[in-house]
Amino acid sequence: MEYSIQAEGLTKVYGAKRAVDELHLDIANGELFALLGVNGAGKTTTIKMLTGLTQPTSGDAFLLGDSITKDAIHAKAHNGISPQETAVARNLSVLENLALMAQVYGVDRKTAALKAQETAEQLGLTEVAKAKAKTLSGGMQRRLSIGMALISNPKILFLDEPTLGLDVIARRELWSVVRKLKGRVTILLTTHYLEEVEALSDRVGVMAKGKLTAVGTVAELIEKTGAKDFEDAFIALATETEEIA
Amino acid sequence: MNSMTAFSGRNTKEILRDPLNLAFGLGFPVILLLLLTAIQSNIPISLFELEHLTPGIAIFGYSFIALFSATLISKDRTTSFLMRLFASPMQAADYILGYTMPLLPMALIQALLCYAVAGALGMQLTANVLLAVVVSLPAAALFIGVGLLCGSALNDKQVGGICGALLTNLSAWLSGTWFDLDMVGGVFKKIAYALPFAHAVDAGRAAVKGDFAAIMPHLWWVIGYALVALIAAVLVFRRKMLRNNG
Repeated sequence: MEYSIQAEGLTKVYGAKRAVDELHLDIANGELFALLGVNGAGKTTTIKMLTGLTQPTSGDAFLLGDSITKDAIHAKAHNGISPQETAVARNLSVLENLALMAQVYGVDRKTAALKAQETAEQLGLTEVAKAKAKTLSGGMQRRLSIGMALISNPKILFLDEPTLGLDVIARRELWSVVRKLKGRVTILLTTHYLEEVEALSDRVGVMAKGKLTAVGTVAELIEKTGAKDFEDAFIALATETEEIA
Repeated sequence: MNSMTAFSGRNTKEILRDPLNLAFGLGFPVILLLLLTAIQSNIPISLFELEHLTPGIAIFGYSFIALFSATLISKDRTTSFLMRLFASPMQAADYILGYTMPLLPMALIQALLCYAVAGALGMQLTANVLLAVVVSLPAAALFIGVGLLCGSALNDKQVGGICGALLTNLSAWLSGTWFDLDMVGGVFKKIAYALPFAHAVDAGRAAVKGDFAAIMPHLWWVIGYALVALIAAVLVFRRKMLRNNG
C-alpha cells in the first residue's frame, strides 16, 4: 500500500504542554481519514504541523515522501488546506479568489482563470462567480474556501472542521462535494460532528491529550469498545484516555 | 515569481476597492493643495507658494500609503487567509514584495497627481518637477517600509493609532511643509532634521528649484531611514511568520 501521509513520532510541545505527543500515523493514497478528539486534543496542531504552519518540536512527517521538516517547500506543494475559519480574500470575487490560489501554487494566469471557472462549476459556485466573497453566505464562503484548497489539484487535502457553524442543508451540500473527491484525493478531516465521520470517513483516529489512542473504521471502533453506536464508542475511547491521563 | 505577482495583484485590488483609500490617498493631498493655495491668494506674505508647498504635500501624501500597507497587513494577519497562504509554498520575500509592489506605482501616481494639480494652479511644470517626483520615491519606500513594519508588528486598531494618527502628524509637523523650521528653531528643528521627513521635503524643494547639489545630502538621510524601515519590516514579518510556525 502507498501512503500519502506518514507521521513518525510527530511531537509538538508548548511550554509544559505536549499538544501532540509522539504521533505515528499512516494514511493511504485516496483515503479519507477523520481525526477526532475533544477540544484541545491536538487535532488542529497536528494539521498545522502537517501543513507547515507549525514546526514540530520533534519527529517528522512525510507527505508523498517529502519531509515536512527538511523539505517543507516541496511538502507544502502537495497540499491544499481549508482552515477552521473561512479563509478567503473578502474584497475579491469568487473567481478572483480561486484564480489567486491557483497562481500562488505556480499556475500561469490564463490557466488559472480557466481552472477557476472549472472549480466554480465543480463546487456549484457559478451563479455567484462574480460576487465578492464578503457578500456570500457562510455556506457559500466555506465552499469557496474548499475550492481554493482544491484548485491547485492537491494530492492531499486538509479539512479542519469544514462544516463548523453551517446549517444542515449547507453541511449536506459540502458532504456531497467531499464525497466526489473521495478516492482521488487523500483527505485528512477534523470535525466534532460524529455523523459526518460516519457518513464520509474510511478510517477514524481518536486523539486525546495529544496522543492518538485508537485507529480503525467506524465499525471497528464500535466493536472494539462494545458500544451500541459510534457516539458511545467515541466517548468510551476519549474517556478511557482521559482517565489514563 | 508567479506567486508574488498574483499576491501583489490581490493586494492592489484590496487597496483600490476600498473607496476610503482612494479618498485619502489621492483626494486629501489635492484638497490640501487647493485649500492652502486659496489661503495664499488672500494673504500678503509668501507662506504657501506652490514651488515650496507642493514637494511637502507630495511627501505628506505618502503617509497615507503607510496607513494602507499597515492596515492591509494587520487585517490579513487577523484572518485565516494569511494562514492559508503560509501553508502554500510562498516564502517571506514573496509576501514583502507582494505587499510593496502595488504601493510603489500608487505612490508615483499620487505624487504625479499632486504636481499636476499644482501645475493647474499655476506652478511652472519643468523637467525639474519630474526630478522632484523621482527624488520623492525613496520617501515613498520609507513610508511603505514603515507601513509594512507597523502592519507586521501591530494589530489593526494599533495601526490606526500609530500610522493613522502619529505618523501623519509626525510627517506633517516635522517636515517643514506647513511652516519654516527655522522659525521654530532649537530642539524642534534638531529633532526634525534627525528624522527623515524634513530631509525628504528639502530634497524635493531642491529638485524643483534646480539646486541639484543640495539634493543628495538630504536624500541620503531618507534612503538610510527607508532601508532601515524596510529591513526591519522584513525581519519582523519573518519573525511573525516563524512565531506562527511555532
